[in-house]
Amino acid sequence: MAEAAAAKKVIVKVKRQATPKEGAHWEEFALNWRPSMNVIICLRDIAEHPVTSDGQTTTPITYDSNCLEEICGSCAMLINGKARMACSALVDALEQPIRIEPLTKFPVVRDLSVDRQFMFESLKRVKAWIPIDGTYDLGEGPRMSPEVQEKGYPLSNCITCGNCLEVCPQVNENSPFMGAAIFSQVRLFNMHPTGKMHAAERLKAAMGHGGIEDCANAQNCVKACPKGIPLTESLAEVNREAWKQALFGWTGW
Amino acid sequence: MRQPKIIVVGGGLAGLMATIKVAEAGVPVELFSIVPVKRSHSVCAQGGINAAKNQKGEGDSIAKHFDDTIFGGDFLANQTLVGRMCEAAPGIIDLLDRMGVMFNRTPEGLLDYRRFGGTLYHRTAFAGATTGQQLLYALDEQVRRHESEGRVKKFEGWTFLSAVIDEGGVSRGICAMNLHTMEVQTFAADAVIFCTGGIGAIFGRSTNSVVCTGSAQSALFQQGLDYANGEFIQVHPTAIPGEDKLRLMSESARGEGGRVWVPRTPGDKRAAKSIPEAERFYFLEEWYPKYGNLVPRDIATRAIHRIVYEEKLGIDGQAAVYLDVTHIPVETLNHKLEGILEIYEKFIGVDPRKEPMKVFPAMHYTMGGMWVNAEDQQTNVPGIYAAGECEYQYHGANRLGANSLVSCIFGGGIAGPAAVKYAKNLSSGTDATPSTVFERERRRQEEMNQALLSGTGGENPITIWKELGEIMTEHVTVTRINKNLELAYGKIGELTQRYKKINLSDRTKWSNQTLNFARGLGNMLVLARVITIGAYQRNESRGAHYKPEFPERDDANFLKTTRAKWVDGDVQLTYEAVDTSHIPPRARKYDAAK
Repeated sequence: MAEAAAAKKVIVKVKRQATPKEGAHWEEFALNWRPSMNVIICLRDIAEHPVTSDGQTTTPITYDSNCLEEICGSCAMLINGKARMACSALVDALEQPIRIEPLTKFPVVRDLSVDRQFMFESLKRVKAWIPIDGTYDLGEGPRMSPEVQEKGYPLSNCITCGNCLEVCPQVNENSPFMGAAIFSQVRLFNMHPTGKMHAAERLKAAMGHGGIEDCANAQNCVKACPKGIPLTESLAEVNREAWKQALFGWTGW
Repeated sequence: MRQPKIIVVGGGLAGLMATIKVAEAGVPVELFSIVPVKRSHSVCAQGGINAAKNQKGEGDSIAKHFDDTIFGGDFLANQTLVGRMCEAAPGIIDLLDRMGVMFNRTPEGLLDYRRFGGTLYHRTAFAGATTGQQLLYALDEQVRRHESEGRVKKFEGWTFLSAVIDEGGVSRGICAMNLHTMEVQTFAADAVIFCTGGIGAIFGRSTNSVVCTGSAQSALFQQGLDYANGEFIQVHPTAIPGEDKLRLMSESARGEGGRVWVPRTPGDKRAAKSIPEAERFYFLEEWYPKYGNLVPRDIATRAIHRIVYEEKLGIDGQAAVYLDVTHIPVETLNHKLEGILEIYEKFIGVDPRKEPMKVFPAMHYTMGGMWVNAEDQQTNVPGIYAAGECEYQYHGANRLGANSLVSCIFGGGIAGPAAVKYAKNLSSGTDATPSTVFERERRRQEEMNQALLSGTGGENPITIWKELGEIMTEHVTVTRINKNLELAYGKIGELTQRYKKINLSDRTKWSNQTLNFARGLGNMLVLARVITIGAYQRNESRGAHYKPEFPERDDANFLKTTRAKWVDGDVQLTYEAVDTSHIPPRARKYDAAK
């Protein structure tokens, strides 16, 4: 029994790329199966013993990871063709060989590691923050009904993983579309009692370069979101508010 | 007038708060982080943040928060600054609320508060069960705003290697490595604030994130910065065991009414739900009737160890107990605890709303850290400040749940202005430091990289790391026995020798994570020694530090801060008095009212 378990293998194929400029190639690894393995454990096994299934010595795989509980947003990659977080991708629920590739909508740094700076820059463009006067003591914040909190909190769970951009046909080399996550943040800040005061600025940015108009309503984003954020609702609402503002100069408050 | 320059290393809650404070003072600030700051380990904090707002009319007060914190920390924390933190806490909640944190609300639109361990009051503000994430994002957004307005420059994807310290022993900047190009570079700064977080990786598996290696703290220690109370390690009572990580199940599960139990019959094989009430042993409630499931973490953890290892009552003979929330209405669970219940469901495949969770204690937090003064977070090296989990100031021998977020923000909030004041008052700034001082440090770090990259021995860094984690977890966590600590210390020495024969499986010069890991491992081995020798020499039991050979607290000999120094490549300990000027030490008991 124990021997049979020890003999059981997990076959993993990883798309490798040494530098941003070099071409990609695949490597296959045969790892020892254990209960409750996830894709991160596979990558760690390879790091400890970087030998391919045909016996070639190679280098450990470069990849992004941090919290390993699906809340930091680091380890997004394509696993069997699906954009998802590697830490919560359990091996026993995956078809083998498990194919692991970097996200395709962001520049590859090395192997599975990609540069998602584009998203953080987009958050700057739409001014995704509450413009407080300062951190000195100015008393309590504005009151908020539980209903607003219950709407805002799920939006605030966005981990900036990039999966919604990965699956969006409108995000590509020829388009500056910022992606669903960003517009959902516009909705979040425009819903907040203080954030609302600056809704017009955010809506203006949302109508600008790479803005909401480029959304073609494919609705892939909402299915790919690991946090279950109602992204299509956010897109629809920001779109509606942005048009209202464009047509009537009305900002909804 | 000379424009001072400040560097912050680490972009979790403490680092972001320090950055905001420096930016608000109009001083340019450079923020270094291994990961994009929004992905820092603060995102993992779940349950909430403490402040005595007395919003439930229970008679809570700042004095009670202060007393609970000092008592919970078994009187090892210096009291004056802890008192100031408790005073500042309600204002910190207000600030976070103004920044837009989606805290849970009452019907009146006010912030809701829940109970947490080590207190009898509803003192913990929360945003679902992902409070750390929500707080981190709020500060991240404020920093992004300062960044877009040109006051902050971020260096994400850089790892700190060492401080640049001049002939006079004054810090003049840092040496860091770009994790893509692997380039080693120095950066000048009049003052540097370190907010480099936890050290979980030293224990192999913990509730901490991958970047929590303690590497920065250890590198600084080896440059002459003192490290205090290293032996105080918090083991959280409830985590889900996993091969890659021990995933936290927040204390808030118990704060909302979750109950810990095991079947009364050893090896009972029945499904949890089919075991009748009378055959369940709610051991925390029986042993600690006053606090019940909300005793502090060190006490709950030792109780679970006793149940599993002495009473042999672990579920089905395994190292696990039940954490049960199935009696709580599903709407309440989804509203207040969804984040953590999802983690359990995703990683274990069982719905904790329907089945009790199986949990076991896990290394979680270091109360010890870089020594800082009792005033403004300055370390013993002029020009270096520290805030957050990486310093030792606020939690004594055991941290209370939901006090870490407040200590990060408070510490970062005073370190920022203190660093600005120091930098402005310097008679001679970093611009007057000879370039040779920077070049010497850069070369030293390059040489360390070269030595690792050209090593031809037979040792694998991951194997050494796993062995270190096993030794530390077995001997230097919940129960400490002197002969085992001696054994552990010897083994760390052996691993340190083997580390010198490391052979890296990646020798490339682009995005080489193996090299970065190996650098961190060398530093982990040093900090492991600090922790182990601190535990060995402290012959008493206090807070999280438990020695069956010395089961009592010994104030006569050990009401003292352990202060470790690095002298000629070895750890030396000294002890200094603790500030107990506000609350006289008394026996710490949770089985009756205080």
